[in-house]
Amino acid sequence: MFTGFFYLLRSRGFHVTLSEWMTLMEALTLGLHHCSLTGFYDLCRAVLVHSEADYDRFDSAFLEYFDGVPFPEDQLPEELMRWLKKPEDVMREFRAFLNTTDYESKSIEEILKKFEERLREQKEEHNGGDYWIGTQGFTEFGHSGHTPEGLRVGGQGRYRRAFKVAGERHYRDFRKDNTLDIRQFQMAFRLLRQYSSRAQGEKTEFDVDETVRKTGDKGGILDVRFKRPRKNTVKVLMLMDSGGSMEYYSNLCSMLFQAAERDNQFKELHVYYFHNCIAPSVYTQPQMRREHSVATEWVLKNFGSDYKVILVGDAMLDMYELLEKRFDWRTKEERYSGMDYLKRFKEQYPHLVWLNPEDAPVMGGLWGESYGKIAQVVDMYPLSVSGLERAMKKLLVTK
Amino acid sequence: MTETFQGTKNYVASPELLGAVNIANALQKPLLVKGEPGTGKTMLAQAVAEALGKQLIIWSVKSTTKAQDGLYVYDVVQRLYDSQFGSAGVDDIAKYIKLGKLGEAFSADEQVVLLIDEIDKADLEFPNDLLWELDRMEFYIPETKETVRAKHRPIVIITSNAEKELPDAFLRRCIFHYIAFPDPEQMEKIVRVHFDKLDETLLKQAMEAFYFLRSIDAIEKKPSTSELVDWIRALELGGIDPDRIRKEIPFAGVLLKKDKDVAAMERRLSR
Repeated sequence: MFTGFFYLLRSRGFHVTLSEWMTLMEALTLGLHHCSLTGFYDLCRAVLVHSEADYDRFDSAFLEYFDGVPFPEDQLPEELMRWLKKPEDVMREFRAFLNTTDYESKSIEEILKKFEERLREQKEEHNGGDYWIGTQGFTEFGHSGHTPEGLRVGGQGRYRRAFKVAGERHYRDFRKDNTLDIRQFQMAFRLLRQYSSRAQGEKTEFDVDETVRKTGDKGGILDVRFKRPRKNTVKVLMLMDSGGSMEYYSNLCSMLFQAAERDNQFKELHVYYFHNCIAPSVYTQPQMRREHSVATEWVLKNFGSDYKVILVGDAMLDMYELLEKRFDWRTKEERYSGMDYLKRFKEQYPHLVWLNPEDAPVMGGLWGESYGKIAQVVDMYPLSVSGLERAMKKLLVTK
Repeated sequence: MTETFQGTKNYVASPELLGAVNIANALQKPLLVKGEPGTGKTMLAQAVAEALGKQLIIWSVKSTTKAQDGLYVYDVVQRLYDSQFGSAGVDDIAKYIKLGKLGEAFSADEQVVLLIDEIDKADLEFPNDLLWELDRMEFYIPETKETVRAKHRPIVIITSNAEKELPDAFLRRCIFHYIAFPDPEQMEKIVRVHFDKLDETLLKQAMEAFYFLRSIDAIEKKPSTSELVDWIRALELGGIDPDRIRKEIPFAGVLLKKDKDVAAMERRLSR
């Protein structure tokens, strides 16, 4: 049953598992969809979707599957096909049929009015709702041999509602690919946790619970226990692009910075600023005055490869900034280009990601070249909540 | 399961929410409710318990709460004391096993409604630690070699403020519903539930002001339902002329809790 929907959801990035699908089937068997599409929509959503962030995607997928996809013809009852092709004929038949039964003309008129409304709606939306109006409406009155289940036809207002709800896309704002607020950044940073392992290290922390328990077990003879402390061992080195084209994203970057800073959950956090690409100097302040400057060599020397490095920038720069060797006023030499620095960072830090507030440029665009070059060297992620989450996960694994 | 939840006199729920409650109930799965603060997540459990005439057990989760706390606590210290003073019954470990809220819900003689409130407050691992217990509705106490098994599967309602992501394995076992912020129509119903009689102009003006405040982007902490109710009460008691409400927004402190937000409101009002 609807197995195609299952695979569609999976292909749209929902991790729907078989057990959830079975739950849905069980629910359908129990009749929890109340034999209506709205009920079915609500049920599917409640069982299969687990975050309001996914509501929007679910709505699109639901629409796509139940609204747009043409159903194989042989699955539809013959009568329905006839109706779908020539609704007017069936309409006439239906009216004639109702007139033969001793139905009050008033209720007939009501039913027909609704039915006609429905038909009109259907012409407005091409694929829209054909199927459901068709099957639902038709199975109801078609299946039961045209007994005046015509009211069911009127009831289709309900069926349509699910599409309406899904089509209105109420939950667009919850999508995770939107950039939202500091709190969400903080939540993403929480992913970057690596606890000192319980199996290694000295037992230095006094273990109250275990001491009490052991002492209790021994009937009151004190038995002091220690445990290994459990702390986040992640050390972070963050380098942010500042000024120029990044002005536009200053708010976003400051949010990211605050999120990293405020949470105070890393063992160490060091933040430096650069302009466009890493040059011989980086700066401790975003204003990047010379008195704030720190030699990039110093950074490389002092922060070992166990640091996790997050670069933030739009990666849009002139190619010369990336490829020309840069003058280092400290050594009065031109030794490394921006690209060389990037490569050196990448070599030294196996855990390195680049967060980019800008969407990937269209290939061949003015800035596309530098973006592409940088993306070849480092892993680039969009600076959105989901991008940050993916980046953090990347930082945790060794590859 | 024949009972269905239709909302109560004091709790106005959207049809989707009612549906989700009944789906969870029929499938015997926990219902996970998310939503903005003040949309009545916690109230839902109370309303369900009330409507179905069942006892409500609330397990309020804090940042220090461990999954174990909900099952049972073995009071070793008490036992140690008792052993030193030679109290009777020290041999009986069962005496020192205190069931937690989950344990209570399992061992209840009748079906109960169990509210696990703000599950996201606890450690990231917390929900995972409860998987087995919520799935099988039983747990084992090694100290007494006893298994506590639910006599009647409790109706489990879990709320979350989305402070932390919940693990997938946990989510898969839940029926999920997101309570959207009520639209003015729904809100009017909710407000009316809280007041016996209400001056129509006052209500209209207050609602207008309320949604106006919520529409100001500069306001960080948007006022919620419970604040609106409090505010209307304050307006009523203060005998404020309804016509002034929308223009001046008196007692704004009830709605807005941050100085910054009040300032933002004043900027907009003075325009």
